[in-house]
Amino acid sequence: MKAETHALQPAPGDHAEHHAHGSRESYLIGFGLSVILTAIPFWLVMAGVLDKQLTGLAITLLAAVQIVVHMVYFLHMNTRSEGGWTMMALIFTIIMVVIGLTGSLWVMHHLNVNMMPGHDMSSMP
Amino acid sequence: MFDTSSLAKAIFGRLTLESLPLHEPIVVGTFIVVALGGIALLSAITYFRLWFYLWREWFTTVDHKRIGIMYMVLGIVMLLRGFADAMMMRLQQAIAFGGSEGYLNAHHYDQVFTAHGVIMIFFVAMPLVTGLMNYVVPLQIGARDVSFPFLNNFSFWMTVGGAVLVMLSLFVGEFARTGWLAYPPLSNIGYSPDVGVDYYIWGLQVAGVGTTLSGINLICTIVKLRAPGMTMMRMPVFTWTSLCTNVLIVASFPVLTAVLALLALDRYVGTNFFTNDFGGSPMMYVNLIWIWGHPEVYILVLPAFGIFSEVTSTFSGKRLFGYTSMVYATVVITILSYLVWLHHFFTMGSGASVNSFFGITTMIISIPTGAKMFNWLFTMYRGRIRYELPMMWTVAFMLTFVIGGMTGVLLAVPPADFVLHNSLFLVAHFHNVIIGGVVFGAFAGIAYWFPKAFGFRLDPFWGKLSFWFWVVGFYFAFMPLYVLGLMGVTRRLRVFDDPSLQIWFVIAGIGAFLIFLGIIAFLVQIAVSILKREALKDVTGDPWNARTLEWATSSPPPAYNFAFTPVVHDNDAWWDMKRRGYQRPLAGFKPIHMPSNTGTGVILAALSTAMAFGLIWYIWWLAAVSFIALLAVAIGHTFNYHRDYHIPADEVVRVEDARTHLVAAGAKS
Repeated sequence: MKAETHALQPAPGDHAEHHAHGSRESYLIGFGLSVILTAIPFWLVMAGVLDKQLTGLAITLLAAVQIVVHMVYFLHMNTRSEGGWTMMALIFTIIMVVIGLTGSLWVMHHLNVNMMPGHDMSSMP
Repeated sequence: MFDTSSLAKAIFGRLTLESLPLHEPIVVGTFIVVALGGIALLSAITYFRLWFYLWREWFTTVDHKRIGIMYMVLGIVMLLRGFADAMMMRLQQAIAFGGSEGYLNAHHYDQVFTAHGVIMIFFVAMPLVTGLMNYVVPLQIGARDVSFPFLNNFSFWMTVGGAVLVMLSLFVGEFARTGWLAYPPLSNIGYSPDVGVDYYIWGLQVAGVGTTLSGINLICTIVKLRAPGMTMMRMPVFTWTSLCTNVLIVASFPVLTAVLALLALDRYVGTNFFTNDFGGSPMMYVNLIWIWGHPEVYILVLPAFGIFSEVTSTFSGKRLFGYTSMVYATVVITILSYLVWLHHFFTMGSGASVNSFFGITTMIISIPTGAKMFNWLFTMYRGRIRYELPMMWTVAFMLTFVIGGMTGVLLAVPPADFVLHNSLFLVAHFHNVIIGGVVFGAFAGIAYWFPKAFGFRLDPFWGKLSFWFWVVGFYFAFMPLYVLGLMGVTRRLRVFDDPSLQIWFVIAGIGAFLIFLGIIAFLVQIAVSILKREALKDVTGDPWNARTLEWATSSPPPAYNFAFTPVVHDNDAWWDMKRRGYQRPLAGFKPIHMPSNTGTGVILAALSTAMAFGLIWYIWWLAAVSFIALLAVAIGHTFNYHRDYHIPADEVVRVEDARTHLVAAGAKS
């Protein structure tokens, strides 16, 4: 029997892995950024500085930035954590979301143009 | 001042005595049979004093092997229900000609075809596939259990909760009459005011929680708990396909949950997501549900591909041909499966550019699938093929699935789809790939891993009988539907006018009867095997001379799977260990750290089911009480600190010594 071919393994359910933890400083930066990114949309809506469509667009953009802030400062996402698996999962998620959103918009646009009353199908590319 | 009717409404919601389908003699007859069977089963359990044993050893177990077996039992029980629906439809369509109305009224028939689809996909195919993954994956990667053993138990019971709700709809109220995907506006409250669609929504939501969580669990298990030395490209192909399937589950089931939640909002609080007016769009529902629905079919078939890979290489006595290409083909299918959903509604009105894009992506999927097919063929080429039962299913799959694949590519051509959509040709196509792929795969997997799970083989005679009834029955049942579809017969019809069509439906009915014999033979096979278990016994733990790690341990494996975690040096780790003259370690055992059983999963799932029942029948107090209880139990469980224990080294020594004696006795005789 070769003893070295057998190694002990953590039991299922064990969470002995060491995760990257942020410092107090990085949490505070994340918190500050989140507050700013949340305050701006509130101000935009309450003060009514931009027209409606632009406000919506700006809020969407700021929300997307805030997602990134949360992932970096609170979820400690980087290219190295968990041996690159979190990054891989993120890339996969982005691909899926992009496919789902653009596909749905494209499909629903076609259906809207073709199938709503008063349109004719030959006008679509 | 309360009058009795408003009091009854407060207590029972819209559940009244009239909700019980006492006016349907077929349902009453079924209920009597089911009730008698249920009473017989329950009294048998009570008589043999099995309740305590079942609760302690099975219902509350966190052992992935036992949970896997329970999933398989659930899948087989629900197969009987789903197949009963199929037989009823075949009989109805075979006799409803020449002015005959058949024996099912429209109200009942529409429920039957809806229930058949929902049950077969969600409560037969999914449990069978999940059960096999649950049982096999941790063993194949040399792990002691899954990453989150309690979550595994909870997921299983949520799936059972969904199944219970769907079964309940047969006797209390009614099921949806909308087809298996419940398209609005038909499924909106205006057109389906009764409880059928609500049973559908909440049944799937409860089961969906279980499916999503078990997907997370298995991904985590495969990523984190592989034995030392098992790199990603040394994983067995079944583990690879399981990984991809669970990634698909985690990425797509939230879409189903969201779309059903929106439909529920439309029905319960009067929103207008999928209505015809107020800015709603039923077409959005169709779009969203197929973003889930197409990945779903790959969720089912990828594990089947994995099973066929394991079976082909084991029974050909060769390493799998083109392992790397097999892995890449699986990953490519995983991504592509998200790019084809529109082919389910080519005819809804998209323009030529959208339809051609999705038509082409659909055709592209056949390339990696074809590559897999050739890999299996080349694995068999010049191999020493043993035609045991799993290999027979595999060959039947290869022949059948190619036909289904070709009709699929045919349907992927939008102009052809405009002619064939919604016809029996489509029905024949997807039964061709789901029966030929998933069901044959599940039977191959059951025959292959049964000796691992129970320590004795399945009886080959009854297995082969079942195999031939199934395969021949499949061709008799579905080839006529291709013909009828080409002649323009649409799906879900209850009565027919043209008498020249009847002969095809009669042939299809005969096919369904042959499949019925196949299912009976399968059940007899299990019973006969249990009776003859001494003669069919396997003490080696490796009855097929197989190649992957699950065969390195005893059959059935001990609770801890492996006394020592194996170290992997090659693909086909167990084959490599055998080749290098591996000897089982006989000493030096240490205590093993294991998770403890808990009843919390059963309780949470029961409360979820009660809450769903309350929501379905508008029994608001029940929904509220069970929701609060759900939160209380979930929070209470976080204070349960008795989550793990150690199997003492003495116990490990005893189990391993017992196996040594068995193997020695087996070698002598």
